[in-house]
Amino acid sequence: MKKKQTDTTPTEMSADGDSSRRDFLVRGARVTAGVGVAALLGNLGHWALSYAADKEPIKVGVLHSLSGTMAISEVSLRDVVLMAVDEINAKGGVLGRQMKPVVVDPASNWDLFAEKAKQLLLQDKVAVVFGCWTSVSRKSVLPVFEKNNGLLFYPVQYEGEECSRNVFYTGAAVNQQAVPAVDYLMSKEGGGYKKFYLLGTDYVYPRTTYKILRAMLLAKHVPESNIMEEYTPFHHQDYQTIVGKIKKFAAGGGAAVISTINGDSNVPFYKEFANQGLRAEDAPIMAFSVAEDELRGMDTTTLVGHLAAWNYYQSVDAPQNRQFVANFKAYCKKNGLPDGDRRVTDDPIEAAYFGVHVWKQAVEKAGTVEVDPVRKAVYGQKFLAPGGEIMMDIGNHHTHKPVLIGEIMKDGQFKVVSRSKGLVKPEPWSEYTNPEKGCDWINHQGTYQKK
Amino acid sequence: MRRSGRSLRLCAVFLLLCSVQDRAAAIELQPSSAPSLSLDQALTQLTSDDETVRETALRTVIEQGDAALIPRLDEIRANADRSVRQAIKPVMDLLKHRANLENPDQDVRRSAATDLGLARRGVAIPWLERAAGKETHKWVRYTMEESAALLRLAADDQATKLEAIDKLAALSSQNAVPSLKELADAGRAASATGRQQELSQAAAAAIERIETWAAWSNAIETIFRGISLSSILLIMSVGLAVVFGLMGVINMAHGELMMVGAYGTFLTQEFFKAFLSPGLFDHYFLLAMPVAFLLAASCGLLLEATVIRFLYGRPLETMLATWGVSLILMQAARVYFGDLTAVVAPAWLNGGQQMMVGVFLPNNRLFVIALSAICVAIIYAVLFRSALGLRVRAVTQNRNMSACLGIPTRKVDAYTFAFGSGLAGVAGWALTLIGNVEPGLGQNYIVDSFMVVVTGGVGKLAGTIVASLGIGGLNKLLEPGLGAVYGKVCILVLVILFLQWRPSGLFAVKGRHADS
Repeated sequence: MKKKQTDTTPTEMSADGDSSRRDFLVRGARVTAGVGVAALLGNLGHWALSYAADKEPIKVGVLHSLSGTMAISEVSLRDVVLMAVDEINAKGGVLGRQMKPVVVDPASNWDLFAEKAKQLLLQDKVAVVFGCWTSVSRKSVLPVFEKNNGLLFYPVQYEGEECSRNVFYTGAAVNQQAVPAVDYLMSKEGGGYKKFYLLGTDYVYPRTTYKILRAMLLAKHVPESNIMEEYTPFHHQDYQTIVGKIKKFAAGGGAAVISTINGDSNVPFYKEFANQGLRAEDAPIMAFSVAEDELRGMDTTTLVGHLAAWNYYQSVDAPQNRQFVANFKAYCKKNGLPDGDRRVTDDPIEAAYFGVHVWKQAVEKAGTVEVDPVRKAVYGQKFLAPGGEIMMDIGNHHTHKPVLIGEIMKDGQFKVVSRSKGLVKPEPWSEYTNPEKGCDWINHQGTYQKK
Repeated sequence: MRRSGRSLRLCAVFLLLCSVQDRAAAIELQPSSAPSLSLDQALTQLTSDDETVRETALRTVIEQGDAALIPRLDEIRANADRSVRQAIKPVMDLLKHRANLENPDQDVRRSAATDLGLARRGVAIPWLERAAGKETHKWVRYTMEESAALLRLAADDQATKLEAIDKLAALSSQNAVPSLKELADAGRAASATGRQQELSQAAAAAIERIETWAAWSNAIETIFRGISLSSILLIMSVGLAVVFGLMGVINMAHGELMMVGAYGTFLTQEFFKAFLSPGLFDHYFLLAMPVAFLLAASCGLLLEATVIRFLYGRPLETMLATWGVSLILMQAARVYFGDLTAVVAPAWLNGGQQMMVGVFLPNNRLFVIALSAICVAIIYAVLFRSALGLRVRAVTQNRNMSACLGIPTRKVDAYTFAFGSGLAGVAGWALTLIGNVEPGLGQNYIVDSFMVVVTGGVGKLAGTIVASLGIGGLNKLLEPGLGAVYGKVCILVLVILFLQWRPSGLFAVKGRHADS
């Protein structure tokens, strides 16, 4: 080009003004073309780059114990979260992007929960985390999520008294499980029970729940002498003495056992209960942490007639639930997970499942995966969950859910014996122990004092 | 004349019941002046809008109906509105229980009698009394009499009430205590009439009698629970004690060998379920014992051959290595079996034996107690009556000398370890009766087993027996007062204090392993 130009220069130099004007025009055209092409190329490049960035998968964290004591419950939640992610990806993902789960194993170790949460947020830079089961694991990751402005969807019923901006609670608050369960037992159709044996594993959930229930029972004029409260260590296996005490307490009728026994202690407890000759008719056990997934492994012949309170059962009769149950079984079978299509669904599994979908809807509403806009987009979201339509609260980060009391059947499923009218509004702070407190992130930015 | 007086009295009792009990109860015992209905008429009138008509109908159903009516009632109930449903349900229950009083199964008869007592409907008194007259089983008859007396306690008539109180006291009925307390309290009120005070005194005396009996029966039950827990501790730790005591090996994987035994039981059960007729199912449990033993023993043999034999005489390394093995075994079980699997106890191990009033001994506990006794006997036989035992003892006392005398010490080590492991398998088998089968099973028990072995004194079987009896018994003594959590804490503190006082345990071995 340059060479050619030098060649032509002498002629041009000798040329008149016309030629020089023409030269200018040609040059101008060349420059314009050059700039245009460059711009076009640049645009193309930019577009190509931005296209690539858009299609980069969205990382989401899965923080459930896959080993250690809690694996028994949490593995199923990991499975269902992965299934939900698969479902969403198969339908084109979120905002046109695929979801990419990052699964970590905090191994039932509370310190490791915080560490893994940090890893997910800072290293993997996930947009959201689905995880935790025990309250202690949640409490240990809370500061991590709050400091780094992460987002956690927590799928298990819990004791309340918490109001975090970075957590969405898709499980039940105490007023959506424990309180209505005791209400039911005291009601005429529930049997009109007057004496309550509160039995739990010794940690924060049972202790706080029982503090609330005790306040509730006293408020309902149940005398102190009709309430027993007892705790056992984790993994407690020897329930002889306690069942003996229950037997004495239940003599004469009118007594019910409220159980928040956790995990593997349930089997020896129910076994001992039956073996000492106690039946559900003598004193029903109302459990808050025995669901289909736990019953899967138990010998259910001794449990028939005992009760549980949840917001969902596998037996809920709805088309979307039948589909959900079938999908979950098929997913477990397809992926070679233990027990394959003999797997069952239960309340935390459902809550973990719809948590993923609620997040997806919120991201689509917000048009971004940024935490703050998504958080606000979650407020008031509705979703047709397997157990029926649920709604995220407008400001307290909890979920409006139905309350179902179920009776254990021979096959390890629950028969619903009582159902709340519509959805129950979640109250993270119980009206019985903290009537003056509320939680609201719209007007009050967290926990506030009611007037 | 006297008889009619009595029926009048009964009538009065029923009338009182009507006023005290809820409405559903009231229907059964209204003055018999109401027009009598045929059963069919009554059934059609159950859903009547008129309450009195409905109640008469329900009364007729109770008086004339039987269990065959239940399906029809259920049908009526399904289509009725809420208040009718609530009224029909107890009537159906009454009919069902009444029919069950003649059920061939004694447990069903007894349950029906208990439920009739708790249902507080006076109409059941003659049913219960009739059934009690015919009843041959001691404890079923007891329940029937107790329930009838409980119902009579709600009578209006003073003499009947006093009679019922006496009867309940004689029966040492725990079920009567709440009602008796009410009576006793009512008589203490300032406004109490003379009759109420008389009742109150009788009730208070009865309560005292019942409570005294309850204290005795509680003591007996506590002793039994202590023995039961001790036998579990013993069966868990005896294998550990054999390995620990005779070989000086601290096997942290002992708990996982129990788990292997438990899974062996589970697999046997699954095999029976899958391949053999259901009639044989109850026998699987006995067959599972050798399976559990052999499975755990071969695991132990493998563990010895691949890990432990390189580490003899280095207790800390053995501890670490076996701990690693325990983690591997645990996670392997989790991967293979998932997290929770159930073993269904055979029918003959369900339920229990009523020894006396207030003392009920579950069959599975009795079984474990017997098993641990048998295990100890077998271990003594193996160690002191068999050739292997002789060699084990010889190797334990002086390895080099034994080797010189031609004892294959390597083999003896391996067999001893396998035997100890097999015992762990048997423990796992027995524990499926009490707890669940899951990967963490071993971890739940291993701490307790170590506690027993260390407290008992290393290398002494007698120490293990005494320590398990002591710890189990003490645990059950402390638990009622302190609760399970603090009971356990207390035991741990006591064991630590005890070890401060006697570092080598109850039965210290002089010389050799204990201090090597």
